[in-house]
Amino acid sequence: MEEEMMEGGGVQKKFMFVNRKAPYGTIYALESLEVVLIAAAFEQDVSLAFLDDGVYQLIKGQNTKASDMKNFSPTYRALEGYDVEKLYVSKEALAARGLTEADLVVPVQVLSAAEMADMMESQDVVLSF
Amino acid sequence: MKLAVLVNEGPYTHQASDSAYQFTKAALEKGHEIFRVFFYHDGVNNGTRLTVPPQDERNIVKRWSELAEKHKLDLVICIAAAQRRGLLDEGEMKRHGKDASNIASGFRISGLGQLIEAGIQAERLVTFGD
Amino acid sequence: MALLHTVNKSPFERNAFDACLANAKSGSAVLLMEDGVYAAVKGTPAAKKLGDAMKSVKVYVLGPDVDARGMTGKLIDGVQSVDYGGFVDLVTQHNAVESWL
Repeated sequence: MEEEMMEGGGVQKKFMFVNRKAPYGTIYALESLEVVLIAAAFEQDVSLAFLDDGVYQLIKGQNTKASDMKNFSPTYRALEGYDVEKLYVSKEALAARGLTEADLVVPVQVLSAAEMADMMESQDVVLSF
Repeated sequence: MKLAVLVNEGPYTHQASDSAYQFTKAALEKGHEIFRVFFYHDGVNNGTRLTVPPQDERNIVKRWSELAEKHKLDLVICIAAAQRRGLLDEGEMKRHGKDASNIASGFRISGLGQLIEAGIQAERLVTFGD
Repeated sequence: MALLHTVNKSPFERNAFDACLANAKSGSAVLLMEDGVYAAVKGTPAAKKLGDAMKSVKVYVLGPDVDARGMTGKLIDGVQSVDYGGFVDLVTQHNAVESWL
């Protein structure tokens, strides 16, 4: 387990948030993002992985005006301000959905399944919602 | 070993709460420490004292309360998720001017920081969900 | 350090099982639980994939969930059945747990 002492005596762990669900159909994506922000506030080493339908969370042009739901996609752009900069997107998930990085609201790192698996193995805590 | 558990679904609809309970009970029986059980998403509904399941069925809420009492378990309901879904303790009831509270014994309401703290303090965090 | 992956969805209904296998590294372990146990039933496409995956990952099923579903004796060989205590042991024996929900 990789732990290092930080200023203030806190422990920092590697937290990965695995997002595999589309937004709006269920609340998981929105509530997952709320946990991400808290983890960042606790100064943890936070990364987000977007696999399968999770990539739909990052799509540009979400408009919830007529459905009266909360459009939380701008929050992904604000993550940088919380020092959350590790956003990993599955190459296979994008390809399967006919998407490219240009369709996403934020800059991301696109990883193959093998690279994603390595990234997951290196975590202390993996949270899936 | 110090373990933590995250429950993301409510009782009865999904098996997640049952699996989490059986896992927690087995871990305690093996002598492990459960640092905290955190209830998030619809998982907060595991903490309502108003459920009245048929007598020949397991009482999921009561089962958690009894396990908490026996082992001094820390059962924490996420406040943000609870407010969306109508789970209130006495303090929240007064703060929001509501006419009732509904938290079962052994549960407490607190912030998401409690989940992150569980991830930091426990050596393993196991998620049960849908 | 190896991960313990858990899968709780039927492979006929959702892709959690496939997603798990695509991301499970050699040396890691997969525990099939709840509706995830159907992936180990003989004669299914999922079980064939599982058989291939078993060359590099260890596969376990949660016995109580197999029994509840009437699948006892219907699983492919090489899959090890554990009870809840065995589930706890798997958690402590691996570096972290990833739930494929």
